[in-house]
Amino acid sequence: MKKLIEIIKLKKDYYVGEVTVHALRGVDMVVNEGEFVAIMGASGSGKSTMLNIIGCLDKPTEGEYILDGISISALSKNELSALRNRKLGFVFQTYNLLPRTNALDNVELPLMYNNTIKSKERRERALAALESVGLTDRMHHKPNQLSGGQQQRVAIARSLVNDPVVILADEATGNLDTRTSYEIMALFQELNNKGKTIVFVTHEPDIARCATRNIIFKDGVILRESVVKDRINALEMLASIPIEAD
Amino acid sequence: MSIKNLLKIAMNALLRNKLRAFLTMLGIIIGVASVIAMLGIGQGSKLSIQQQIAGMGLNLVTVVPGSQQRGGVQFGASTMQSLKETDVASILSDCPAVLAATPEVRGNGQAVFGALNWPTSLYGENESYLQIRERSVENGRMFTSQELGSASKVCLLGKTVVKNLFGEGADPVGQVIRFKKIPFVVIGVLNSKGLNTFGQDQDDLILAPFTTVQKRVLAITWVQSIYTSAIDSKSTDLAQTQIEETVRRVHKIRASDQDDFTIRNQTELLSTFSSVSNILTILLGAIAGISLLVGGIGIMNIMYVSVTERTREIGLRMAIGGKGFDILLQFLTESILLSITGGIIGIFLGIAASKIIGSTMSWPVVVLPSSEVLSFAVCTVIGVFFGWYPARKAASLDPIDALRYE
Repeated sequence: MKKLIEIIKLKKDYYVGEVTVHALRGVDMVVNEGEFVAIMGASGSGKSTMLNIIGCLDKPTEGEYILDGISISALSKNELSALRNRKLGFVFQTYNLLPRTNALDNVELPLMYNNTIKSKERRERALAALESVGLTDRMHHKPNQLSGGQQQRVAIARSLVNDPVVILADEATGNLDTRTSYEIMALFQELNNKGKTIVFVTHEPDIARCATRNIIFKDGVILRESVVKDRINALEMLASIPIEAD
Repeated sequence: MSIKNLLKIAMNALLRNKLRAFLTMLGIIIGVASVIAMLGIGQGSKLSIQQQIAGMGLNLVTVVPGSQQRGGVQFGASTMQSLKETDVASILSDCPAVLAATPEVRGNGQAVFGALNWPTSLYGENESYLQIRERSVENGRMFTSQELGSASKVCLLGKTVVKNLFGEGADPVGQVIRFKKIPFVVIGVLNSKGLNTFGQDQDDLILAPFTTVQKRVLAITWVQSIYTSAIDSKSTDLAQTQIEETVRRVHKIRASDQDDFTIRNQTELLSTFSSVSNILTILLGAIAGISLLVGGIGIMNIMYVSVTERTREIGLRMAIGGKGFDILLQFLTESILLSITGGIIGIFLGIAASKIIGSTMSWPVVVLPSSEVLSFAVCTVIGVFFGWYPARKAASLDPIDALRYE
């Protein structure tokens, strides 16, 4: 199986004034193609730092990170930007959609930073991405006209539009109620079934059980790594949760 | 990122805050409009002064008596009697750059016709006067050289004199008026020239043969000034040099002594007035320019607010692949779009304001295309200059911090 993410003896230090904070103290980790990995841990455990590094937003102090065969240590800021643009998709807790901009334009955004894609292709791919999250009928709605779950689905469509090798989600269900959370997880599982690799940061154990593998961080190192045995099927879970009457 | 995408993103960002964008542009609009209007007023007054001076005859070179020193005492120029009629003949024969010349004598007095009278000036000139001073006879005729030679008591009237002695629109030709009790037959009426640059009425005069005024009215032997016309407007300096040489020779002035006359030409006058109105234009332009600068600072301010407000958007754009340079260009495009749009509106508003000022205040206003181009260029520079620092701030943000910004 192809290794998409390979992390070797990775350390990350922050310097706050004269104090050095060791956020990551030597992490070895591999994510294979087609996996759905949930990273868990208490706050301060280093999971967010890990995700920032996996997302090429930050560089390790020591150690090696190889994304889809490319070692990122030697890359410049601009090369990292291009790498994020071509190989990664981001989903955030707070959706981070552009305000007063309709869903379609929001989804198109990553392709705007790719000069090789013409406007016609950009539109087609954005439409396809919106269709895959089931929001074709809402494509001209602006974020304030969409519910939280719908906004997050637009954000997922945005992360899909550049056909990334990995989708990175940071507490993607953190702002959503249980039912909507499982809707989003069902969508992730569906994407995973179609072959998308997903790395997911969460602190909710139930949500983590939707993944295929869990990695638990503590104090900057991996505490435990386990394949999920009793995996939750989010769609079945949804059926068991009653729809709240408004 | 392509220019098309940049413009689209910038447009969308500005349209999200229409009122704010408009208010920010207002500073530039007012700045540019006032620059255009002020430069228009400056240019207009310069042009009208130039036209008036040109109307007096651009080829005109004037000789007047200069101050003289006798035994260490300086004598005032106006009391001097150094210029003679013979100087005119010498100038005409010895100065190839001079086309025509006339001596001038003048006296003030009361002109009387019937029961009406009017205080005016009587000018004694020769027949070249019309050509030199760029005037014409509207009604009747000019006096002839025979009349000049015989010191005939004939005269031509300016429009103002006609109005006051005969009434508006009356034909005075053939009538006899009296000036200092001497009767003059009116043989013509001069065309109207209106006020000159200094506010003097150029139509308030009586024109008579030089000989008549000098001998019969004033009873003097000298002339008060000599007006000459150079062959063309480029030759006035040459004509001035030639006249100076000739008159010094005729007046037998030694090389070590100063001139007993002064020569002036219109080009000098023109350049003096031009420099005055240039200073005026620069002054007005500078004041208006300051308001443009304030407008630019307004753009900078709003761009800083915008960068802070959209920190998370910047973080997101960087996370999904926007390079620092892309972010820089995005904000720079916004500020340039603001300033250029403001500039274009300002140019139209400035032209409109100039037209209104020109028509309501009867003030000459000329909007030169160069000032429009200049304003437009300044706006672009302002957009880049004042947009640069906020854009740099945006581009240098760290995506992780920016994404977490509350």
